[in-house]
Amino acid sequence: MFFLIIKRILLGLITLIIVSLITFVGTEVLPGDACTTYLEREAYGAALEACYKRLGLDIPAHERYLSWAFSVIQGDFGYSLSGQMPINEVLGPRVKNSMVLASAAIIIGIPIALILGIITALWRDKLPDITISTVTIFAMTIPEFISATLLILIVAIWLEWLPGIVIVPTDVTITELLPNIILPVIAIAMIMTAHMARMVRSSVIQVMASDYVQMAILKGVPYWKMVFKHVLPNALLPAINVVALTIAWLLGGVVVTEVVFNYPGLGRLVIESISNRDLPTVQALAIILASIYVSINLIADLLTLMLNPRLKTLQIRK
Amino acid sequence: MEEIIQKVKNLSVGFKSQKGHEISILKNITTDIKKGETVGIVGESGSGKSTLALAMMGYVKQGLYKMEGECIFNSSNLLNMNNRELEKIRGRKIAMIPQNAGQSLTPNLKIGYQIDEALKLHTSLNKNDRDKKISELLNKVRLPSPETIALRYPHELSGGQQQRVAVGMALAGNPDLLLLDEPTTGLDVTTQAHVLELLNFIAKDTGTSMVYVSHDLGAIAQVSDRIIVMYSGEIVLEGPTRDILQQPIHPYTYGLLKSIPKLSLAGLPDSMPGSQPQPGTKKKGCSFYDRCNLAEDKCKKNSPDLEYINELKTSVRCFNYKKLIKQKSENQSNIKRNEKNIKVNEILNLTDVSISYAKQKLLDQIFNKITDTNPTVKDINIDINKGETIALVGESGSGKSTILKSIAGLLRTKEGKIKFDKDRVLSNDVKKRNSSDLRAIQLIFQNPDESLNPNHTVEEILAQPLKLYFGLSGEELKQNIIELLEKVRLGKFYMSRYPRQLSGGEKQRVAVARAFAAKPDIILCDEVTSALDVSVQAAVLNLLQKLKEDFGTTYIFVSHDLAVVRAISDRVAVLYQGRLCEIGPSKNVYKFPSHPYTEVLLGAVLEPDPDIKPKLVAEDIVEDKPPEKGCCFQGRCPRFLGDQCKNETPPWQIGDNGNAIRCHINIKDLEKKQNGN
Repeated sequence: MFFLIIKRILLGLITLIIVSLITFVGTEVLPGDACTTYLEREAYGAALEACYKRLGLDIPAHERYLSWAFSVIQGDFGYSLSGQMPINEVLGPRVKNSMVLASAAIIIGIPIALILGIITALWRDKLPDITISTVTIFAMTIPEFISATLLILIVAIWLEWLPGIVIVPTDVTITELLPNIILPVIAIAMIMTAHMARMVRSSVIQVMASDYVQMAILKGVPYWKMVFKHVLPNALLPAINVVALTIAWLLGGVVVTEVVFNYPGLGRLVIESISNRDLPTVQALAIILASIYVSINLIADLLTLMLNPRLKTLQIRK
Repeated sequence: MEEIIQKVKNLSVGFKSQKGHEISILKNITTDIKKGETVGIVGESGSGKSTLALAMMGYVKQGLYKMEGECIFNSSNLLNMNNRELEKIRGRKIAMIPQNAGQSLTPNLKIGYQIDEALKLHTSLNKNDRDKKISELLNKVRLPSPETIALRYPHELSGGQQQRVAVGMALAGNPDLLLLDEPTTGLDVTTQAHVLELLNFIAKDTGTSMVYVSHDLGAIAQVSDRIIVMYSGEIVLEGPTRDILQQPIHPYTYGLLKSIPKLSLAGLPDSMPGSQPQPGTKKKGCSFYDRCNLAEDKCKKNSPDLEYINELKTSVRCFNYKKLIKQKSENQSNIKRNEKNIKVNEILNLTDVSISYAKQKLLDQIFNKITDTNPTVKDINIDINKGETIALVGESGSGKSTILKSIAGLLRTKEGKIKFDKDRVLSNDVKKRNSSDLRAIQLIFQNPDESLNPNHTVEEILAQPLKLYFGLSGEELKQNIIELLEKVRLGKFYMSRYPRQLSGGEKQRVAVARAFAAKPDIILCDEVTSALDVSVQAAVLNLLQKLKEDFGTTYIFVSHDLAVVRAISDRVAVLYQGRLCEIGPSKNVYKFPSHPYTEVLLGAVLEPDPDIKPKLVAEDIVEDKPPEKGCCFQGRCPRFLGDQCKNETPPWQIGDNGNAIRCHINIKDLEKKQNGN
């Protein structure tokens, strides 16, 4: 078990190194660079050379990669070109904002998804299932930019209940931010919840049809006890990985929703820094998003391993 | 008059088809289960036997519903009860032992918890007493160290142990009636014999009534007092076990018994033509009409009633049963096998073959070092002659399928050589074999459902080897496919069918045709009849024998079913834990099983005759891996000598009758010891 964890962490680190290399090489081979973008029409002669020198772009690429990687390990992502300030300072509030949005969506979405999934499975093909399933399929198929726009139209413009777009400075406090996030959270949670509910439904149905559930019924186990003891632990195990991927997707910034609502999170930062050709920031974001995905998947794998007695004993025996 | 514990009255269970027709799975079943008796329900797949057993618990599977009738237990109809009432009866009054205990135990709960759950529901014991009771129950089903077993998860136990746990769990509520749904199917022969012996003991010890559902007449014969034979959702024959098995007066039962290969008789069993009608396809007349050789015109028009014959104490559903009275079933006609084709002409030669599943460490891989000193399969030396059928037998884990895969090149050997056609060494990697070697060795798999591509028609399936090895196309290809289908006795019209449109037996015929399409020298048969019903199995065995005689093909036949092996093979190799124990001509091995393991194995085989009891001479311990040194069978051997068997690998000795065995005890002494027992 211990060696397995170490092995998984090492593999995760290797993934990160590869991601960093790909982004570095990618930004390298693109025509133009930070200085040409920054200086625009003055990008020639002495001014350009001075810029190269200032940003350290005159040293060979591999050396630059190494020194960049070294400072990233120390937690320093360098200097943002467009914001004219350390990337760490740019990222800080954005990460926080994205976390707030993601946590709200998770706290609301996951329990609802679980409950809906279980209800639809247990009342399969009955009225509750038919109603909920129809709604979830709708929620799943409508793209978020449409549902988000509709939400703004109805709730913000017609009913005038909530602000339609988020107009707050990037570094607001959480309490100030909260009323602003209601609409974005609903827009995100709809798709996410619908997806997860469908997943949970099929997983529960599969377990309900298994021999051991039939056996539990024939053993005289009361219905709800059977559901909680024999069905759910086995049905929800495979859901862990899906939940993990959803969380990673949320934390990585829900680009479209953030743009529609003008929300100051990571997703919008990605769009902004790409259009500004702010390459150091793009690199920093790539690394951060990759580490979120890697670490959440790692946690999910370990959790599955711990909760599934089959895998647990298998690993200990080895 | 004996007390009746459960009364099934005019029970019909069925489902609604998509067009809204009512299709019945069980048709008008009426029977009684008496206190303390064991009733065997026997039938082939689709006969409705499991549905009947489940209905006796008031349970109808999803998609099915009760159309008519009642199951009366303690003067109330189980099929009209609500879930609350049923929960009080299930597990407490009537308990179920499922077919596949491995899948019927909840994977995330410990064994102890699952038994405790039943105790909590059905007894008023407190925690301490329940813990004691758990140990007691596990002890009763003869599991070693009950305290540690209780803390294990289901997957940590072997198949036989899981089945014992299921028995223990069913006994927890101290039920009056035990329903057993194929409780030993899927277990090794020796384990099966032990579980049956345990069930017999429990029936006697507790006086519980049992309903034993199985397709295996051998198992039914050992446990039941009375037998119910089902066909196509109806009871066709019902009566005392001995009478039914020794004088089956229904043509279906008669045919079924004749299609079971028996240990005591050489030769292939008779096959019954056709297959059971699908539910909903039968309109009028007797459901067995199409397959019956006693059928008359009236059988086509009218369906016979179940008639009770007083002097035989038997009920039978047949107009012509009198023709079968006095005709003993023993006179198995035996299609004789033609053994003339065998020449002493080696076609395949296995020398010192060892196969290991252990992963090699990276460094060892680089230096090409073999580190596994105790491989899964070791020291296999077999010479196979052209045109013979050699069988590899053994329990699960004996390495028989592993050897087959290595011959096919699908699994690399660690050591040793596989030589084909006298002296050509076959590569141990299937990718490195040339086209003619690949063509020469073909495989037929156990389960045709998985080995035939569901998206290909029969024509496409059979065209593949013909195109690949012979480059056929167009009209010539089509002609060849038709010829192949005729050889396996399938009509031309099967060409456009998909596997799902075929019955189990037809699918396996297509698989056989595909193997023969390559015109192979050797065909590897991996448990080819295990997934089939007995009557279909007999037909496939006869087909294989016929094709072999026509083409002079060599078969390497792997099976766990010793009676099937007896019927088809010329020579048999007995394997234990990946090591050869005994090899010799089938007739000799079955007559004088010299090696102690062969003796144990053959002793445990169940015959469909209540007068032949299995001999249980060794414990059915499951060993994880072979011992590091000494004899492979030392852990279970009833003739264990001590240090010699522990430390020294036994030598080969050849007996007078041509059997070669690997044992420290002199082959003649072994024979004397067996006769002395």
